[in-house]
Amino acid sequence: MNHKRKNPDPSPDSDESTTQLSSPFPDEVLERVLSLLNSRKDRNSVSLVCKDWYDAERWSRTHVFIGNCYSVSPEILTRRFPNIRSVTLKGKPRFSDFDLVPPKWGAYVHSWLLLFATKYHFLEELRLKRMTVSDESLKFLALSFPNFKALSLLSCDGFSTDGLASITTHCKNLTELDIQENDIDDKSGKWLSCFPENFMSLEVLNFANLNSDVNFEALERLVSRCKSLKVLKVNENMTLEQLHRLLVLAPHLRELGTGSLLQELMPRQHSELKSAFNNCKNLNILSGFYEVTSIFLPVLYPACTNLTFLNLSYAALRSDELSNLLIHCPLLQRLWVQDSVEDEGLEAVGSNCPLLEELRVFPASDPFEDEILHGVTETGFLAVSYGCKKLHYVLYFCRQMTNAAVATIVQNCPDFTHFRLCIMNPRQPDYQTNEPMDEAFGAVVKTCTKLRRLAVSGLLTDLTFEYIGKYAKNLETLSVAFAGSSDWGMECVLKGCPKLRKLEIRDCPFGNAALLSSFRKYESMRSLWMSGCKVTMDGCRLLAQEMPRLNVEVIRECGNDGCQADKLYGQERMPHLLFSLFELCTNLETLSVAFAGSSDWGMECVLKGCPKLRKLEIRDCPFGNAALLSSFRKYESMRSLWMSGCKVTMDGCRLLAQEMPRLNVEVIRECGNDGCQADKLYVYRSVAGPRKDAPPFVLTL
Amino acid sequence: MSPENRNYMPESDVVGLNLKETELTLGLPGETRVTTDTGVKFGTKRGFSETIDLNLGRSNVKCHDKVCDDELENDVLGGATKSLTEKAQLVGWPPVRASRKNVMKSCKFIKVAVDGAPYLRKVDLEMYNSYQQLLSALEDMFSCLTIRNYLSERKLMDPANGVEYVATYEDRDGDWMLVGDVPWKMFVESCKRVRLMKSSEAIGLAPRTHKNVQAQLRKSLSQASLE
Repeated sequence: MNHKRKNPDPSPDSDESTTQLSSPFPDEVLERVLSLLNSRKDRNSVSLVCKDWYDAERWSRTHVFIGNCYSVSPEILTRRFPNIRSVTLKGKPRFSDFDLVPPKWGAYVHSWLLLFATKYHFLEELRLKRMTVSDESLKFLALSFPNFKALSLLSCDGFSTDGLASITTHCKNLTELDIQENDIDDKSGKWLSCFPENFMSLEVLNFANLNSDVNFEALERLVSRCKSLKVLKVNENMTLEQLHRLLVLAPHLRELGTGSLLQELMPRQHSELKSAFNNCKNLNILSGFYEVTSIFLPVLYPACTNLTFLNLSYAALRSDELSNLLIHCPLLQRLWVQDSVEDEGLEAVGSNCPLLEELRVFPASDPFEDEILHGVTETGFLAVSYGCKKLHYVLYFCRQMTNAAVATIVQNCPDFTHFRLCIMNPRQPDYQTNEPMDEAFGAVVKTCTKLRRLAVSGLLTDLTFEYIGKYAKNLETLSVAFAGSSDWGMECVLKGCPKLRKLEIRDCPFGNAALLSSFRKYESMRSLWMSGCKVTMDGCRLLAQEMPRLNVEVIRECGNDGCQADKLYGQERMPHLLFSLFELCTNLETLSVAFAGSSDWGMECVLKGCPKLRKLEIRDCPFGNAALLSSFRKYESMRSLWMSGCKVTMDGCRLLAQEMPRLNVEVIRECGNDGCQADKLYVYRSVAGPRKDAPPFVLTL
Repeated sequence: MSPENRNYMPESDVVGLNLKETELTLGLPGETRVTTDTGVKFGTKRGFSETIDLNLGRSNVKCHDKVCDDELENDVLGGATKSLTEKAQLVGWPPVRASRKNVMKSCKFIKVAVDGAPYLRKVDLEMYNSYQQLLSALEDMFSCLTIRNYLSERKLMDPANGVEYVATYEDRDGDWMLVGDVPWKMFVESCKRVRLMKSSEAIGLAPRTHKNVQAQLRKSLSQASLE
């Protein structure tokens, strides 16, 4: 049941028809045509054409994607789009996946659900990424939307398996329950048993990342009832016997996630399983593989002929095991593996998978703990690039890399859209030449003109960022860690990269100058993250002042105890005035100075020059006791001196007071927390204004 | 103003102030600057370089962070094999999700089954340096068993009924071997799970003969004692 929009009566005498270009066809037709548009980029473009098209588009949009939940409010969303059936919401900054964002940061889904319950009563799909979801929210969801069909949760937190039970109990029309990697309180597998006995509509079921045992009989009954089941991903507690029984019930599966494959296989079981897999003619995607042994893998071979996506990222396969498997996967387009396969395994990839488009190689063990050097190097990546010409997406965790190898790789595969290289040892140079890896990423951005996403690593100077700014015309997402030499690097990126939308930086020497170099840039971006950099609170405040429609948030890490409450703490010094000039300012009476100077000498010059100086007010300059005490007598001819945020100490003040008993020397004591270094900076544009649910450690400027 | 009232530092004059002593502090007037034995100063401001330069590479080492704590703790308990590398454990590095980090850490956890016992236990092989340590741990875990170093063989016995168990393991290739067949490190690499098998069933295990097995075992034991 759509809400109907009210059309203004098009009267032939109205001025509009003479002064405006009216739609060549009726609104209903326009809406019908637009309803065929699925791409949100297309829809956004359409909505900018004219008011009529804007209106037609907003009435016909049924799916909305919100990349940052704080960029818009539920009210604004529901006001613009009245007929939404499907919502995708993303919350926390991506670095929250790596523990860089403290808990209780925000991104609560509940306020969205509350409004959706009234405005989007017929909501069918909800896909959440990095949101905080409570059991209460899940229950509310289950009870408020009678047509609810699909729930997908990735990297979310705040809920338990009780919340899932609410969904399975109440959502009579559920087709999809997709619980990916989340921070979930895994209490029990009872949620699975809550599906009613007559429930049949499930098409997608993914509980691979839940560890509690589910009732297998209940699962079996569910699978046999749900004839349309296309995706089934079980958890690692499923035995081979159970897997077999499920496969027999659902040979029409397109996507299968296996359980743990570590069991003894009797010959009879072996052939039964093999035959079951053989019957799965529609299988395109395989995943799971927790703990697998060599003897099991051949059971899969018959199922591999039509495989397009093989996710082995939870299995520590050896190179020979992978090799033998890949021989049977000629149609493979996407492959995820652990670096336990080593370069030899990747050579097998190059040899056997000519259609490969995406490769992800994850670290099998913690690089800081593993004494024995395993993993992959530039050799493996090269081998893949020679054999897989269609490769355009790579995520590669390696222990060493060279500039030459990367240059060759992108020569072989110039169509990269996503290039995410992680040399695991921070700031590691080219291991052959010992040079920075600048030329590697230079080659990437020069050659891969379609590049949309880039993650850099290794020893990198500002030159890398010069290249990126200059050549990466289509770059939308850039991730930087432990790289760069100065502000110049970040400035290059902000001034170049016309399509930049997300910039996330950790532990780089970029400071206020970089942050403030291109204010306007942030207007065209979704978000900026900076942590472990050289930005200070004042820089952040300045940015917030200059750009009132940006939400500037600072996450404070240091507790009150550890903080040295000091206005000077972490202030950036921008060399400005040449104080020696003041010696020539013979008529100067009042001088105000802020964030300037390099040493005591500057202030000394002023005090020694400027014969008519009467008021001197100084803030946040590196002038200390030496300067203060350099010309006692001067103060006798002045009305006042103000110094704050400088390097003067109590002892210096006391000394001055002692020397000059007819001067009033006052010290104002401050114990606030504003002097803190800005630990982490998160900046993003928003039409909803500063958010109201910020926790205490987030300072909204 | 008489000199006696001046609060001079004995070794400095007005211009050449001992800057260390006069670092900015917002403590109460009259408070002295205290340097503890550990070199920590109270009531002092961090120098410019400390505030601006966040000591890249060590910047996000937070010892109150749970991940860091757990790792350090494991290190202490784990014994001598692993030492903290010079690089501090960085928060959020390498950049993989938590569920994957768990996989990376627990790659040496293996299941231990005892014939006749209704439960399995999980054991982290990384925590031990030798077969002896492992067997002691198994003895603790399955408290009804005691180690019997009879005929230089690694056997465990249930004193209640005199049943002898032999520790066996399944390796990566799916073969069942006697624990102790190969050098410790190789065992840790290749072991997938352990089964304490009744001695009576263990004869004829894998392609080797019982005699060969004993010879191998003695050889690896003497190797182990040299390590």
